[in-house]
Amino acid sequence: MPPFFEGAQGGSIKEFPKDLLDPGCLEGNKGMKIEGRVWKFGDHVDTDLIIPARYLNVSEGHELAKYCFADVRPDLVKEVQVGDIAVAGVNFGCGSSREQAPLALKAAGIGAVIAKSFARIFYRNAFNIGLPILESEEAPEQIKEGDRVSLDFSTGAIVVISGDKHFLARPIPDFMRAILRAGGLVKYLKKSQSAAGDLPAL
Amino acid sequence: MPMTITEKILAAHAGRETVSPGELIQVEVDLALANDITAPSAIGVFYDLGAPEVFDREKIALVPDHFVPNKDIASAQQVKVSREFAQRHRIKHFFELGETGIEHVILPEKGLVSPGDLVIGADSHTCTYGALGAFSKGVGSTDLGAILATGKTWLKVPATIKLVYEGRLPHWVGGKDLILYTLGLIGVAGAVYCSLEFTGEVIERLPMPQRFTMANMAVEAGAKNGIFEPDEITKAYMEGRSDRPGDFLRSDPEASYDQEIRIMVDDMEPQVALPHSPDHVRPISELDSVPLDQVFLGSCTNGRLEDLREAAGLLEGQEVAKGTRFIVIPGSQSIYKEAIKEGIIETFLDAGAVIGPPCCGPCLGGHMGVLAEGERALSTSNRNFVGRMGHPKSEVYLAGPAVAAASAIMGRIASPEEL
Repeated sequence: MPPFFEGAQGGSIKEFPKDLLDPGCLEGNKGMKIEGRVWKFGDHVDTDLIIPARYLNVSEGHELAKYCFADVRPDLVKEVQVGDIAVAGVNFGCGSSREQAPLALKAAGIGAVIAKSFARIFYRNAFNIGLPILESEEAPEQIKEGDRVSLDFSTGAIVVISGDKHFLARPIPDFMRAILRAGGLVKYLKKSQSAAGDLPAL
Repeated sequence: MPMTITEKILAAHAGRETVSPGELIQVEVDLALANDITAPSAIGVFYDLGAPEVFDREKIALVPDHFVPNKDIASAQQVKVSREFAQRHRIKHFFELGETGIEHVILPEKGLVSPGDLVIGADSHTCTYGALGAFSKGVGSTDLGAILATGKTWLKVPATIKLVYEGRLPHWVGGKDLILYTLGLIGVAGAVYCSLEFTGEVIERLPMPQRFTMANMAVEAGAKNGIFEPDEITKAYMEGRSDRPGDFLRSDPEASYDQEIRIMVDDMEPQVALPHSPDHVRPISELDSVPLDQVFLGSCTNGRLEDLREAAGLLEGQEVAKGTRFIVIPGSQSIYKEAIKEGIIETFLDAGAVIGPPCCGPCLGGHMGVLAEGERALSTSNRNFVGRMGHPKSEVYLAGPAVAAASAIMGRIASPEEL
């Protein structure tokens, strides 16, 4: 596993925990949980905000991570801890289809995103590159900036540790769970591609 | 079972009689597209999958357009990845500088998309081809990489929102105003996971370039695709461009829609989207005086010959206001050439505009017209998010070509009526 991210402003090299990098861990025996500090966002966070287009002249996650939210929350890359959780309102990830957006979030250390809803292309990209995301109408209403929150992806349980609040995320479609189980789209295809080159049956 | 045009195209590409909203289906892709900033990752995924060859070397289009002519070393490296991949796999539709332009302008122009096609592109504005009665949508690089290998992808059948435009378009009001007005009405999340179907007597008369403009911005409402039923206007556009006639599908009269929205256009004014969202839309008469540092005419939304022609008609014998920069970027090499022949480019130059080579230009803040702190621009492109065209403290207003031309002359946001 390559060192995932060297903090843009003098942080130490942050190794992504192996079990977090592999979304396969989100299913099955381990009952994967993460816990982290909340970074709160509003509605309609567009992918130009997540990673401004002028930084798209590279494709590597650790390079992109340096500029994650560079224009509006430059403190994020300096202070984010691996496994921190972004919490947002409706339509998170709208705008450009750039897969660099979920990649930059993941490489910067964001362990998961909870939002009321996601833009269609971002939703798909996040699963494809293995950034866990959960949809909940209530959780973003009540979770505050700086809260410590734990997530259990096997059950969809969202718990605010400090405030003792519980929420249940919207279930992930079965087919998307299969991609997550495999560890992202590439692994899913590699694992299940038939000799004929067909995609696995849905 | 009655179906919408979108459902019919999806069913045909899934090898099924019918499909309904919400179903997950696997589809065959007629054309897969990527640009200079999305292709490198997609190519990485392709190699990672270990596929021996691309699914079809004639059904892939690679269009370097975002940061070309290469704006820096890193951009040059990215284009090089696409170029070498295209050579190695003998990709038929790789567009090198000199024959290229903006992906969503040149693919229809060169006849690579026909009505009834299913097109998937690693670019959110891939939805533009819905103007031709094709199903087209944007994806990320990983999905596109998998398509390069397999020629197939999966998708969820979207519910459809039917938009019915009625009445007669006033002078100076066109496709850009219709889609901005619609965005103002339904919002940037108004069609998330849905298909937008553009219909009504106004649409039936709407010329092809303005249909491209409208379909282009369907994604700005969060839509999966935007689509027009192909008709005689489509047929005339396709003439001489492609030897594939295409499938001229129409929605069944009894097809079911998630919503139907009727829009009367008789009293519509030119529309402007204010910072920092494409749905922050006002009729132009409601704006106070908004001085401009820059005006940009171009992009996959409004970089077509007819857009340039409309703007040039207003600029004839006029001058760009002192203190305002006017940047014009033709959407393709052939548009550029035709604009020279028609004297359009000369009109722009005489007025004091600067002409850029066919590419995305300043639309996404990469190069060729980046905004400084506190600067304000009016652009014919599709997005005005914070920092979209440069400094996070710059501002972008969106409008159509006629308002762009009038505004360049006045040095502030202006209606063509004022000239």
